[in-house]
Amino acid sequence: MKKEVRRETKSPMEGFLRMDRIPHIWCPGCGIGTVVTSFADALKKSKIDLDNVAVVSGIGCTGRVAGYVKLDSFHTTHGRAIPFATGLKLANPDLKVVVFSGDGDIFGIGGNHFIHAARRNMDITIVCVNNFNYAMTGGQVAATTPLDANASTAPYGNFEFPFSLPYLAEAAGATYVARWTALHLRRVTKSIQEALAKPGFSLIEVITPCVTLYARRNRLGDGLNLLRYYYDKTVIEHGADTRTLDISYQGKLVCGKFVDKERPTFLDAMDEHMIKILGDKYVRYGD
Amino acid sequence: MKADPKGVLTGSHYIDGDYAIAEGGLAAGCRFFAGYPITPSTETAERFAERIPYVGGVFIQMEDEIASIAALIGAVWGGKKVMTVTSGPGFSLMMENIGLACMMETPLVIANVQRGGPSTGLPTLTGQQDMMQAKWGSHGDYEIIALSPDSPQECFDLTIEAFNLSEIYRVPVFVMTDECVGHMHEKVVIPPAEEIEVVERKWYTGPKDKYLPYKLDKDGIPFMAKAGDGYRFHTTGLTHDERGYPVINAECQAETIPRLSDKIRDNADKIIMTEEDQIDSAEIVVISYGITSRVAIRAVQMARKAGMKIGTMRLKTVWPFPEKRIKQLAKKVKAFVVPEINYGQVVLEVERCASGKAATYHVPHLGGWVHDPNDILKVIKEAAK
Repeated sequence: MKKEVRRETKSPMEGFLRMDRIPHIWCPGCGIGTVVTSFADALKKSKIDLDNVAVVSGIGCTGRVAGYVKLDSFHTTHGRAIPFATGLKLANPDLKVVVFSGDGDIFGIGGNHFIHAARRNMDITIVCVNNFNYAMTGGQVAATTPLDANASTAPYGNFEFPFSLPYLAEAAGATYVARWTALHLRRVTKSIQEALAKPGFSLIEVITPCVTLYARRNRLGDGLNLLRYYYDKTVIEHGADTRTLDISYQGKLVCGKFVDKERPTFLDAMDEHMIKILGDKYVRYGD
Repeated sequence: MKADPKGVLTGSHYIDGDYAIAEGGLAAGCRFFAGYPITPSTETAERFAERIPYVGGVFIQMEDEIASIAALIGAVWGGKKVMTVTSGPGFSLMMENIGLACMMETPLVIANVQRGGPSTGLPTLTGQQDMMQAKWGSHGDYEIIALSPDSPQECFDLTIEAFNLSEIYRVPVFVMTDECVGHMHEKVVIPPAEEIEVVERKWYTGPKDKYLPYKLDKDGIPFMAKAGDGYRFHTTGLTHDERGYPVINAECQAETIPRLSDKIRDNADKIIMTEEDQIDSAEIVVISYGITSRVAIRAVQMARKAGMKIGTMRLKTVWPFPEKRIKQLAKKVKAFVVPEINYGQVVLEVERCASGKAATYHVPHLGGWVHDPNDILKVIKEAAK
């Protein structure tokens, strides 16, 4: 029998991923990979020179994103991706700096940095993969775990109120805030595109399945079951009042673009202010 | 290369040590400062904030010291020379990311204007209690460089030296001063820019697809690239190979981690700066650093007047420790006397190097003030018995 000739075509992600690091470590059914695909797509559609994009991650499952993207990429310490990205952006303002990390990293241990970067309107884009728990360490309760959901350190269910990420982001001063699920690939892509194009601090929260830990512990089924849940329970409500976006256990998920406003970025505000006060004596950064 | 004149405030100034640190940083080419206010170090941040709009750069007051050091590391990978200043509690908060800087081989400078500890301790009063923390504070095995100025002039000089060493060896370098030197006003002479040697970062300039972030150069130190240069590199706090890719096994650990220490240990002779006086004829050597070395002089003068043969050794570099020299001296002298403003830190290193060949005496002071020279003299006399 004649041997079948198979032509291996290049992966469409080839120019974007470090193929020498694939396969990745994420579990089957995990949503992080689909968010990375959306990110790649957004960069492609934005026609940004990839040499000018840097990704900074913290620690955790999503923290591994920096290691797979073929960009200048930094895998830093737990919770500190945002201040690291702040330094990177201020050192080289021409860069598009994207923080790609999880809910525990950005809003648990790193929460303080998040609110201050939003307050300053630091020109960085945050892609936060929210899987409702600390997955890398074994499914512990997080600042995002819905009430009553089970976690390995909340074995009788969670009784702590979780953060609503869009509400927090808007209150702290973010200029662009959106929430989607990993089912909304095209919408995630579009939001990332919009956020990249917008100067200022932007947050895209993407709710993703954690099949191995959160779903298994709560007997929510496999990845498909979770996507089905997202499909059934998502309500798209652009411009919704961010005070109404709490997520309850297996309750409805209000998604959409909630905030899209203008405010001077940290560097713009600095330049404008210093020119006003010091006039010609001010030496603009990089001059 | 020579310093960029934009940052050099040439002339004679009457300023304190904290200001001199800021001027040293600016002269060395530092154009990014991220910090958080903490007594007794705030004047350095204030000075930098005041001066940087005339020089061209960024001062940012972060939300805490963890954010400060994280921003510094980010800014280095964005291409800047960077520094911050802090004191004990802030230094403690920085420790995890100091480890990240060591692991990523990120050059940066941290000045620690020490105060009495532990905890909040003596915010406004002096101490030298962070000397061991500077060496061992972050987890894991690594080496750093720590310098100890004894005057505002040396705050300026050694801050420039700290930047140069950090660039040569790609490590965090600490300027371990203290509240006394930090708040002491003295004459500080800032030379013309063309008389200040600064070390430029060793940039990679090879083909884009060939860059390996942790491939060693002949001197054992890898080339650096910055984000945006088109090399599209990766770096991580995980144990990594020369591509910067994580490799989580004992073999890679055994290959990567010793190198972080050896690049300092193997070059210790080049890094270490000490100042010796009347050491050849000495029976007793007083070893000290920072403000304490200025107090010890008085005790040494009194002892010499009484006919005792006293040598002195001042450590301008505390880490790496001048162990070779102290081992040598231990064979010749009767005893070492080590005054320092803590309950026994650098003295332990002296004792280790003396390894029983010479006696080692500690003169502790718990902080809040400097030693009474008579207390040091008393111990010198005891050592001479």
